[in-house]
Amino acid sequence: MSGGKARSSPASGQGGAHADRSAAQREATSELAAQSGESIWEYAPAPESRDVVSIQPEYGLFVAGTFAPAADGRTFATVNPATEEPLAQVAAAGPADVDAAVTAARTAYEQVWKPMPGSERAKYLYRIARQLQERAREFAVLESLDNGKPIKESRDVDIPLAAAHFFYYAGWADKLEYAGFGPDPGPLGVAGQVIPWNFPLLMAAWKLAPALAAGNTCVLKPAETTPLTALLLAEVCQQAGLPPGVVNVLTGAGDTGAALVSHPGVNKVAFTGSTEVGKEIARAVAGTDKKLTLELGGKAANIVFDDAPVEQAVEGIVNGIFFNQGHVCCAGSRLLVQESVADIVVERLQRRLATLRLGDPLDKNTDIGAINSRQQLDKITELTRVGEAEGAQRWSPPCQLPEKGYWFPPTVFTGVSQSHRIAREEIFGPVLSVLTFRTPDEAVAKANNTPYGLSAGIWTDKGSRILWLAQKLRAGVVWANTYNRFDPASPFGGYQESGYGREGGRHGLAAYLNV
Amino acid sequence: MSESPARLNVRKTYKLFIGGAFPRSESGRSYPVHGNDGALLAYAAQGSRKDARDAVVAARKAFGGWSGATAYNRGQILYRVAEMLEGRAAQFAAEVAAADGGQAAQAEAEVAAAIDRWVWYAGWSDKVAQVAGAANPVAGPYFNFSVPEPTGVVAIVAPADASLLGLVSVVAPVIVTGNTAVVVASESRPLPAISLAEVLATSDLPAGVVNVLTGRTAELAPVLAGHMDVNAIDLTGIEPQERKPLQELAAGNVKRVTCGNDHWAAPPGTQRLMSFLEIKTVWHPAGT
Repeated sequence: MSGGKARSSPASGQGGAHADRSAAQREATSELAAQSGESIWEYAPAPESRDVVSIQPEYGLFVAGTFAPAADGRTFATVNPATEEPLAQVAAAGPADVDAAVTAARTAYEQVWKPMPGSERAKYLYRIARQLQERAREFAVLESLDNGKPIKESRDVDIPLAAAHFFYYAGWADKLEYAGFGPDPGPLGVAGQVIPWNFPLLMAAWKLAPALAAGNTCVLKPAETTPLTALLLAEVCQQAGLPPGVVNVLTGAGDTGAALVSHPGVNKVAFTGSTEVGKEIARAVAGTDKKLTLELGGKAANIVFDDAPVEQAVEGIVNGIFFNQGHVCCAGSRLLVQESVADIVVERLQRRLATLRLGDPLDKNTDIGAINSRQQLDKITELTRVGEAEGAQRWSPPCQLPEKGYWFPPTVFTGVSQSHRIAREEIFGPVLSVLTFRTPDEAVAKANNTPYGLSAGIWTDKGSRILWLAQKLRAGVVWANTYNRFDPASPFGGYQESGYGREGGRHGLAAYLNV
Repeated sequence: MSESPARLNVRKTYKLFIGGAFPRSESGRSYPVHGNDGALLAYAAQGSRKDARDAVVAARKAFGGWSGATAYNRGQILYRVAEMLEGRAAQFAAEVAAADGGQAAQAEAEVAAAIDRWVWYAGWSDKVAQVAGAANPVAGPYFNFSVPEPTGVVAIVAPADASLLGLVSVVAPVIVTGNTAVVVASESRPLPAISLAEVLATSDLPAGVVNVLTGRTAELAPVLAGHMDVNAIDLTGIEPQERKPLQELAAGNVKRVTCGNDHWAAPPGTQRLMSFLEIKTVWHPAGT
């Protein structure tokens, strides 16, 4: 764990000298390093330049094609979670702003977007996709600054996938009658969309692209702590010449989102976030004709069998729970490992974790970035405290945390039982709970023993077992011998209390059509 | 020549249908059911909150087996239900005429439509996955496919009118895909629902796949809407202005809520069939 220290790396500095070492030597050295708190893999700082982004001191709301302050003038600060440095003041939308945005969206829907041929709508979406690709580096840096995620994730995952999502749904806009929903599927009207802070731009793309392709207009409410890339996307919409009011962006906190979903002018509500808030939204739209889709929390089981290739499984476990600091609704937060290999899997996992680099999100070598907010850090801290109090064994690699900002080391709990809160509740942080099983039936029973049902992982060499498990697991996405893969053509969404509706693929259109 | 007295007919006791058995309500209550002309037809069991919870337990117990059965097997059993209905068509026509009123020919037509609808849905069992599933062309070396799976235990408030056709139209699309159901029968016209349960009980449908409650909708529906082991609820039988509190209860465990506005005589389409499915997407790397 380098802790983001500026130190030249013997390995990277000597141009592949490490390749000469035998595997055994490498293992011995990295074990020593893990024990001493020093990593053999020291890397020189490799920060991505901030210059590609110009952050304005203040941002307005994007309504009817223009940026303007909130009606009551309220603003709030968005900060860089890695440094606690304020990045900008952002307008806080109140009820009057919600009303104005919904009205703008309604006007655009009736007068422009609904009558427009699908082939024309498609071309706007292609324009947006292309501009996201052209300005990808700018978006990636801005995302890492506002969210705290490592630049290599925002650069290689968030932004390219967001662009791909617009590209994918652009092609549906003029083919809806062939999508399997009948000969003449129509849009719903105005969509109110509330998204979380873990993948700010990607979630905006997941919401806007299918809605616009289907012919709806949108009022998007980004998360309070990560408004900046949604506002830059609004600028992209402007530059793409998207007619005013087709996309509106309202920044604000929970009260803004609540006002949006309960606004009578909204025909469709889409929410991604916590199960708790999802239930509140379901209550808020009860008794109305609003169509609702929810993508909520998860507590996924990542199941490792004794015949799985251990090194591959360990990589999958790491990717499953430490990708994006564990701020992932489908994170593999419960490791279910077969008892006979539990010791070796945990040992190899710990050894691998000792090589992860935590620190500056803009450093291209960083594996683990900052926790998104003080509030989230407090929640993770509290639940891990409960994990210890309930008797599970806590482990983290030697890890120096930066002095400023919100940080939490990768953490593994062993000796976890199903009744422990860290095995039942979504922590939404870099915290893994390890449980064991003996038989495939027991693995299924434990994996399904949750009110959630978003995702699951399977690691085994046996094909028939993969297919059997994939059928038995009550989860919307099953990754076999891989984890945390996403694609615009692949439907994503949960069973049970992980929500309803799917995003991505042909299935994702249904949420925005009157079918 | 002395006239022998007319034979006294044997009347039926209408009970609940839970876990494949026909119990009375555990509460011991019953309520009178009147025909469209006001005549007393029978006493139906007035199911209690406990009966509703028992029915959910039975439906949950049946879910693993029914959802795990092959689509072909489910299709065979549902077709068998249609066969059994056909054999009892005259009985159902009489019950529907008594419950819904109208001409005998109208009741016969409704029974025929109900049987045909059951056949239509039976055929969907091994086709829905091909219509609702997909192989997804993801941008990477992965095999990725999506399949529809049953949502789980579905509570259904059956339509208050259309005592047989409406009932069949809401139950068949739920169970054909592997869901199990707890059905609240029409409060004022519950008798055809219990007779349908007798058909289901003799069609090799496993116990608990369909459970039928009769009684007060206002008493039973909130129990099912708020039940934490019910995955979805169909509020078709609830008046639109009375749905809100039930939808609020349903939010407690993120139930899927369907509010139908069907015209029972029209072709049903696939909307109900698709409403109680979960799409599962599976990824696997492709490589040597």
